[in-house]
Parts: sequence; structure tokens; C-alpha cells
Amino acid sequence: MFNWIGQTLAVTALNLRTIPQRLGSSGVAIVGIAGVVIVLVSVLSIAAGFTAAMQNSGSPSRAIVMRSGADSEMTSGLSGAEVDVIKQAPGLRRDGQTAVASAELYVIIDIPKISTNTSANVPMRGVQQTAMAVRNEASIIAGRMFEFGTNEIVVGRGASGQFAGLTVGNEFKSGQDSWKVVGIFETDGGVSETEIWCDARVLQGAYRRGNSYQTVLAQLDSSDSFTTFRDWLTANPQVNVQVRREADYYAQQSRALSGLIQGVGFGIAALMGIGAVFGAILTMYTAVSTRSREIATLRALGFNTTSVVVSVLAESLALAAIGGAIGGAVAYLGFNGYQTSTMNFSTFSQVAFAFQVTPQLLVMGLIYALLMGLIGGLFPAVRAARLPIPTALREL
Amino acid sequence: MKFLPLLWSSLWRKKIRTIFTLLSIFIAFLLFGLLMTIRGAFSFGVEIAGIDRLVLIHKVSLIMPLPVSYLARLNTTEGVTMATHNTWFGGVYQDPSNFFAQIAVEPEPFMKLYPEYKVPPEQMKAWLADRQGVMVGVDLAQRFGWKVGDRIPIVGTIWQPKQGQVWEFNIAGLYDGESGIDKTQFFFRYDYLDENRQQGEGLVGWYIVKIGDPGAAQQMGATFDGMFANSSAETKTTTEKGFVEGFAKQVGDIGAIMIAITIAVLFTMILVAANTMAQSVRERTSEVGVLKTLGFSNLSILALVLGESVLIAVIGGGLGLLAAWAFVQQGDPTGGMLPIFVLPPRDVAIGAALVVALGLLAGVLPAMNAMNLKITDALRRA
Repeated sequence: MFNWIGQTLAVTALNLRTIPQRLGSSGVAIVGIAGVVIVLVSVLSIAAGFTAAMQNSGSPSRAIVMRSGADSEMTSGLSGAEVDVIKQAPGLRRDGQTAVASAELYVIIDIPKISTNTSANVPMRGVQQTAMAVRNEASIIAGRMFEFGTNEIVVGRGASGQFAGLTVGNEFKSGQDSWKVVGIFETDGGVSETEIWCDARVLQGAYRRGNSYQTVLAQLDSSDSFTTFRDWLTANPQVNVQVRREADYYAQQSRALSGLIQGVGFGIAALMGIGAVFGAILTMYTAVSTRSREIATLRALGFNTTSVVVSVLAESLALAAIGGAIGGAVAYLGFNGYQTSTMNFSTFSQVAFAFQVTPQLLVMGLIYALLMGLIGGLFPAVRAARLPIPTALREL
Repeated sequence: MKFLPLLWSSLWRKKIRTIFTLLSIFIAFLLFGLLMTIRGAFSFGVEIAGIDRLVLIHKVSLIMPLPVSYLARLNTTEGVTMATHNTWFGGVYQDPSNFFAQIAVEPEPFMKLYPEYKVPPEQMKAWLADRQGVMVGVDLAQRFGWKVGDRIPIVGTIWQPKQGQVWEFNIAGLYDGESGIDKTQFFFRYDYLDENRQQGEGLVGWYIVKIGDPGAAQQMGATFDGMFANSSAETKTTTEKGFVEGFAKQVGDIGAIMIAITIAVLFTMILVAANTMAQSVRERTSEVGVLKTLGFSNLSILALVLGESVLIAVIGGGLGLLAAWAFVQQGDPTGGMLPIFVLPPRDVAIGAALVVALGLLAGVLPAMNAMNLKITDALRRA
């Protein structure tokens, strides 16, 4: 037993020490595996960043009320009278006499995207005075909050970076209206950071919505009072609404797009992985066949066949680990935190987010690399062990 | 040609190695084909968008409606061949995940403006006769197993009917079109929508205007926008191509990401293939020496080695492109999210050129080495 371990260690050490002599073919294997890991990690980091932005947006302690049948804030509509009823519902938090709930409008405004200089659908939200109290994670990080009753706006951190002219102090025209940016806000990285906020009343006028809103966002009294709140509203014949936890709403909003990105990402990575496994097989095969004499000599000297197998596998795994580490590092340095924006298909509006190369993705990339190394090393290893010694010794 | 058997037998000198080289090149070009298809899918058919069609949307945003009264003014403007309006419906069929585009149109002008949608004349007649009739793309009909005459219930998200919750449609016909045309849309009659919706009467989503002289698109756009300036609904006019491009740009630069991945894949594959080729030629140094002794010229040695690598590349790459094409023929695997899922012929041609380039690049170094080898050295090395 000890003898076997000793043999294995000796052969493995020999293999690993001689990697530099086969720099060309080992380099190819490393680059091949690194390439796969870069693609896998970077594509999935897009999905991770998008999902994180969507998840950071929804709080389980808030409920969002929309017209029943509406699949997003964009398509919902609530009359002023319905909003009054909703604000009287039991189960939502009250501050003295006023409900901690904000009736809001959600529309799109055309503003050029800085990166492409073509116009983009930027979401614009008309809010009530209670908006900041409802969203306790929101805070103004530059300038000040807008004055209600004026055409002032505050802009999310993400929107300010992605779209032209959204800087404090700037005033811009849209149709017949002009808007003045007076502040920048953040909401812990949520999708609201892509939005522009203004007074709901002013927006009703600008978009000719009369006294109508689209959603009511409400703080729940406690997380458990959701059922009370929902059941009271759905049973109430004065309103025709559906009530969802905000977290559930955003999870559903992100499902289609992150599913697509993940599907494409895994599909490409799986195919590339197969290609890279072939590459690794070729490399190890070449490595083994150039040394078949050497391996046969070892075996003729009495080295165990399993130690030879293990040593070849170890070499392959070592190359894969190096490739995986390089790939992960490149993906992290190249893409982590990369700011971009895309269109959320359920509302046709822009969502700004940052690519996130999470530790889980890096670990996954490394595991994937090792798996490729394992499969890639297996065939050549078995071949090295099975080659008849006399033939191998004669081989060139 | 007479050396083909020689090429062939040297290919199979080491079976496993050749098979794996073939497979890795196969995978590389399968990926190439799929990536180019995805890239095309995310450009939303910009290549087929008409340059003689202009799109007028509300200046503030696409979601703001325009009055239907603009139609008459557009139609009487000089230089306009024909104008029509479209309205986004955004309804849900059974489940929100069954997404497809539903658009309210004026049947006759719409079909005249879009001659690329092919409809049998009797189905067109049926559509004009039935207010609840819809014209459905063949891909969409196939997705849900619909046929002409089926009754389709759709729940409105933006527009509520005056009675009940559900809008009912009858399939009057199916439209077809060449590859690259979006055949997943659902066109129904605007008069049905306008008469039965609770609010928003007389409002439309956007206008499509066909102009006589595509070269005058810019001035025509300015004319239209000028016509409606300082009204409560100002417009912004772009060419249809520009409109689709703008839409695709909003999604993000998927094209650039796809090309970056493709370059990474092909680069890796060239490395692997070149390395294998070099190894295989190195092993045969003495054979090359023998060939030269027999009187093979330097050039024919070069051609032999290059031919071998090009042959591997063409077999592997050709099969890969073929497999990609076969996969794409199955249609959109996401079930409706990528309506235009075709492998453009242009990209197939680029792929074929890349296959040959890969073969040449992988073989050039070993081939040069073999060519410049001195017979004495070659034979001694054995």
C-alpha cells in the first residue's frame, strides 16, 4: 500500500515537474479550458447581475396592488376612487391617520442612451409624498428631493449613468414638458435606480391620465398581514385588483429574461465544454504518446499501472485547474461590475444593472474546468496504462 | 487528386487523434452557426425592415397614443404612397409565459404596406368579412396548434372589453413569408378593438407611412414632425429600419457579445487543431524524408500537408455548419422569445470561408517545416 502511494507520488511528481518541457501542448490545453471558463462565467454573470438587481428591488414587507389581469405596472390602471379604497384596507401600516402607501404612475420617457446615442425607453414613476417612507431603502445621494407640485425630478443612480442629460441641475424637454433634475437617489442596487421619479399629479397632467394611477405600493403592518390585506381587497366589490408581494412581482418580472440568458449561457458553455474536453483529450493524448517510451520504461521497472493512470490524470487536472483559475480571473477582472442596461420585456423599459461575477460562479467555473480535465485525462491515461510494454518501448 | 488516397490514409494513421480533432472542429463550427443565429435573432429582423416605410411614434414615448385623426392628414401629404396605423394590444393567451405580439391593424392598407406577408386571397376575404377575425403567423399557429376557424380567447392587459374580461377572436387566415420574416405575430382588426374597449376610443399606437422616394426619408420625417409640432401629441419619425435598430440597441449589444464569444471559440480551436497537426507531422519526419527521396517536390509536400489539415477542417467544419443549420430548421427553441430564428446565408458563407482559413492556418507551420526539411536530416532523425 505504502509502496503504491510512494510510486504514485513519484510518477506524479515527475509528470508535473516535466510540464514545462511540454509547454506548447500544455499551453493549448490551459488556454482552451480558460476560454470555456471565461465564456461560462461571464455570460452567467450577466444573468446573476440582472437577477440581483431585480431581487434587490422587492421587499417581502411591501405589497403591490394592480388592476386584476395586468401583468406589469405598465399595463395596470387604477382610478382615483379605487386608490382611496385601497388605502383604507386593513393590514397596511399607518403613520397616525395616513396609510404608508404610495399611489403611482409608471410610464416611459424617451431619452438617449449614452453608449449608443439612440433613444431608449426610460421608466418614469410618478409618486406621492409617502413614496420615500414606503421605500425605506431609498435615499438621496446627491442634490435634494424634488418639490411636489413642480416639474422637478430625481433620477436613479443607474439611470443617471446610462442616459444622457440626467445630471443634477440639468433641465430637458420632452414633448411639451420640461423636466428639471434636482437630485440623484439610490435604492440598494434595485431596479428603481433605473427610474426617474416625479410628482404623480404632475405626471398625470403630462401624460393626460386624468385622476388615474397604475399601482399602489404599500408597507404592510407586518409581513404576516399580507393575507389580511389581499383577501380584504380581492373580496371588495368596489375594486377590481390583484395584490402581490413586491418580491414576488419582481421575481416574476425577471424570470423570462434571466431564464433566456441562463439558457443561452449554459447552452454555449456546454457545447464549448465538449469542444474543450476534446482539446484536453488531444493534449493529454499527445503528452502521453510523446512519452510512451518513458512510461513503458517506468512500467518495465516495476511501476504499478494505476500509478501511471493517476499520474496522467493528475497532470490533466493540474492543467485544468490552472486554466480554470486563469479563466475565472480574466472573467472577474474583465466583467465584474461592468455597468450596462437592457430592456425588460414585460414593461419594454430599460433596466440598468452591473455584471456580477459571484464567488459561486467562480467555484462553478473551476469545477467545470476540473471536470473537463478529468474526462480529458481519462482516455489517454487508460491508454498509457494498457499499452503493451514491448510495443511502447519500440515506439518512436 | 491522385494523392487523395495518400491523404486519406495519413489522416487515419492515428484514428483517435483524428476523430477528436474532427469533433473539436465540428463543435467549433456548430457553435459558430448557433451564435450567428442568436445574433440575428436579437437584431429583430433589421435586415428585412423596409427602407421606404417610416414609423411615426409619440415624441414623448412609444407608449403614448396618437389620435386616429392624423391618418387623414398623412394620407393627403404629398410624397406619401399610403399610411396606416397600428396599436399594441399586449394581451395574455392562457398564461403570461405564452407571449406573442398582438397588434390591431387596418386589414387592407396594412397588407398592402407589408407585401412580404403572404396570405391566400380567400383568407383575406374572410378577414375583411369578420370583425373578430385575425391573421396569424404560421409559426405562431404551429406553436399552439391553431388552424383557420379556431376561436381564440385573449385577456386584455391594457385594453378591457366593455363586456366581460376576455376578447374573442376567430382565426380568419394564416400568413406566411420568406425566412427571416417574423411569422409569430397576431394581427387583428382595429375597428373591433376601438368599438369594444372601455376607454381610449380613437387612439392608435403608431403610424406606418410608405413614401414614394426612399431617398427623401429624412425630409419626409421632418415634414411629418413639423405638421404635428406644438400639438398635444407631437411625433417622432424614423425609418422602419432605424426604429427596429433602435429597439435592438435597447436590448443591448448582443451582437458584439456573440462575436466576442465566437472569436474566443475559433481561436481556441485553431490552437488545438494546429498543435495536433504539428504533432502529427513531427511524428512522420522520416516518412517525409522517404517521400522526398522518391522524388516528391517541395511544393507537393507542402500541398500534401496543407491538404491534410484543410481536409480535416472541411469535414469537421462542414458537418458542424450542417448540424447548426439542421438545428435552426427546428425553429425557435425558447418558444416565442426569439421570433426570427434563422441562420442567414451570409453567415454560412462566412463560416465556410473560416473553415478553409482554419485548415490553412493550422497546417501552414508544419507544412513549411516539412517542405524545408533536408532529406538527410529527415532520415537520420528516425
